[in-house]
Amino acid sequence: MTTPATDHVMDRLLFGDNQFFGVNHMSEEKARAQAMRFQDFESVMGVLDSAQAEGIRTFMCTTHERVAQIVDRVRARPDDYPGFVFYPCMPYAHKYANAVTEHGPLEAVRRLLPDEGLVSTALRGGRALATKDVESLVTMLVDAEMAMFQGVTTPVIFLQNVVVDLLLGLGFDEAFAIFARHVRTRYGAEPGYITMNLPRLLDALDRVEVLNPIVCSNMNKLGFRMCGGIEAYREALDEREFRAVAMSVYASGALGPEEAFEWIAQFPKIESVVFGASSATNIRGTRQVVDDVWLPRLSV
Amino acid sequence: MLRIAVVGVGKMGLSHLSILGAHPDVTIAAMCDTSGYVLDVLEKYTGMHAAGDYQKMLDAVPLDAVVIATPTKAHYPMVRAALERGLHVFCEKPLTLSSEESRALVELAAEKGLVAQVGYHNRFVGAFAETRRLLDLGAIGRVTHATAEAYGPVVLKAKGATWRSQRSEGGGCLYDYAAHPLDLLTWYLGTPERVGGTHLGKIFSTATEDEVYSTLFYDDGSTAQLSVNWSDESYRKMSTRITLSGTHGRITVDRQECQVYLRDTQPAPAGYQHGWNVKYTTELTAPVWFYLRGEEYSAELDYFVRSASGALGSDEPAAQNSFETAAVTDRVIELLIRDAEQPGSGTGDAPGHTARRPSPADARRQRLAAVSARARVLLGDTVASGRARIARARSTRKAVR
Repeated sequence: MTTPATDHVMDRLLFGDNQFFGVNHMSEEKARAQAMRFQDFESVMGVLDSAQAEGIRTFMCTTHERVAQIVDRVRARPDDYPGFVFYPCMPYAHKYANAVTEHGPLEAVRRLLPDEGLVSTALRGGRALATKDVESLVTMLVDAEMAMFQGVTTPVIFLQNVVVDLLLGLGFDEAFAIFARHVRTRYGAEPGYITMNLPRLLDALDRVEVLNPIVCSNMNKLGFRMCGGIEAYREALDEREFRAVAMSVYASGALGPEEAFEWIAQFPKIESVVFGASSATNIRGTRQVVDDVWLPRLSV
Repeated sequence: MLRIAVVGVGKMGLSHLSILGAHPDVTIAAMCDTSGYVLDVLEKYTGMHAAGDYQKMLDAVPLDAVVIATPTKAHYPMVRAALERGLHVFCEKPLTLSSEESRALVELAAEKGLVAQVGYHNRFVGAFAETRRLLDLGAIGRVTHATAEAYGPVVLKAKGATWRSQRSEGGGCLYDYAAHPLDLLTWYLGTPERVGGTHLGKIFSTATEDEVYSTLFYDDGSTAQLSVNWSDESYRKMSTRITLSGTHGRITVDRQECQVYLRDTQPAPAGYQHGWNVKYTTELTAPVWFYLRGEEYSAELDYFVRSASGALGSDEPAAQNSFETAAVTDRVIELLIRDAEQPGSGTGDAPGHTARRPSPADARRQRLAAVSARARVLLGDTVASGRARIARARSTRKAVR
């Protein structure tokens, strides 16, 4: 059984990073326009600074190599970023997917491990592949991804949905417990799981006794990408024991902010919402709607 | 419950294994691969039955169907063995490395009355399916030209030693990437009469191509241009886009959206207006029971499971992504390879190479081919303009009535 190691209270609003890296679920043209705009690192920091000005101090981010630059900035200027925390989400899936296409699964894993500098990691890696010890393989991959976050605060560490859902379908439940144990013992952080299949994942986490887990999933009025159906999500939010982080609350732009947060506000179980925005105006807009629509319902 | 074995646990095999593992009407009876390590780990942690030898597995494990996700070169013997035993087959794309072998499998599956599906998942993407529907409605009139593109960041430097880096194994940009836009062209425009100007170029690879360019000619006079490059880092992941130009409008479609421009020369279909329309995949896609990487991967497997279980709805199209249409795509791939080997095609045998200098005989053949191509185009134009005149006359008569 793995029990919570920290009592970390998550902020209501978490800032996501899709917009910075050319990820847009609606349009490839918009994605490219954003990638061009955020090619300039100062544009990225400008948006993060705007978020901070609105009191949003949690950056839920992939382990994209450009995130390392953001980490460097925050680490170098602690006075400018008081209380700023990162929630790393790993692994950065496309890096692995492209490597697997080119090299095959085993070789891809081997190539993505750091080969120098972290000698102990590499040695443990050699043993992992020889003894088929999955636990050390998982922990090694996590350590490789976490290297860029040295010296900043990472109270929650997420496993990305492509990996979570792949393991979930395979019935590889034990990997979730391995991840939880490692994240807690080595980083003193809470494990988080991103999934498109919330009800099924909660069952799997129950089976391996990961208690009261942080789970991030699409939660929106339209039931967009909520596998298992919106009713099963409602039931989970009403009855299951877990810490819910909602994403895609605007259903990829199909819902307006008020409507989106009216729906979120029905579920006290939802502790946080992760959202992305490219401008100070949009960030302020979301902050305002949260203040007007969601927070008042929480204090009732 | 449908008893399925997944054969090959690489990228697509693992994905299929996971999605089928979550399917309520499927039992994973076995997974089969020659890589002991991956199988051992999966067997230890998931309890699924692992098999190292395909033939022995077919002998020993009671099955209803197999999913084949091995390197393409192994498809033909494996699919044949499964069909001969009366098993339904879902095979990854492309079906085989020879259209003759693909045709043989089409016939065998038909003879045995078995479900035989290929993993061209784009046909299960909402936006691509909507485009097929619009073409059926005649929304953009007669298609005169298509552009089919796919770009992505697979091979970015000179290295790589898996089957995907060997054309002889079914690796390379043509089989791995270009097969997708080509299959969409098969779906939208049918079988091309011939192809020309094919260039299979090497950028970083040594034993296969990294870029594919070609022109496809159809018997109704329409044409398509293919442009594919898997060494393009400016794309975050594979991106496939088709543009269709027609007499009454234009469609540009990718995985995410369907951009449609309709001229006011005929009524627009329900839900569309003259001028610009944008439909997003998010609104065109039906929910799935389990999601991994995209609804289309779940949808294609669910369709296979329901086809094999005799549970397709009466209003659903039968035999989607059949061996039959995949064999057409295999035939087109073959035409491209043959065309690229023609003298003067611009296909080199080493990075940076261009075509060898044509011999005098080659030059004569080329001149003759060029003359006959011009003649065909002229004939095509004459026929097309004649048809257009007839069509105009008909529509004028209708309007008068």
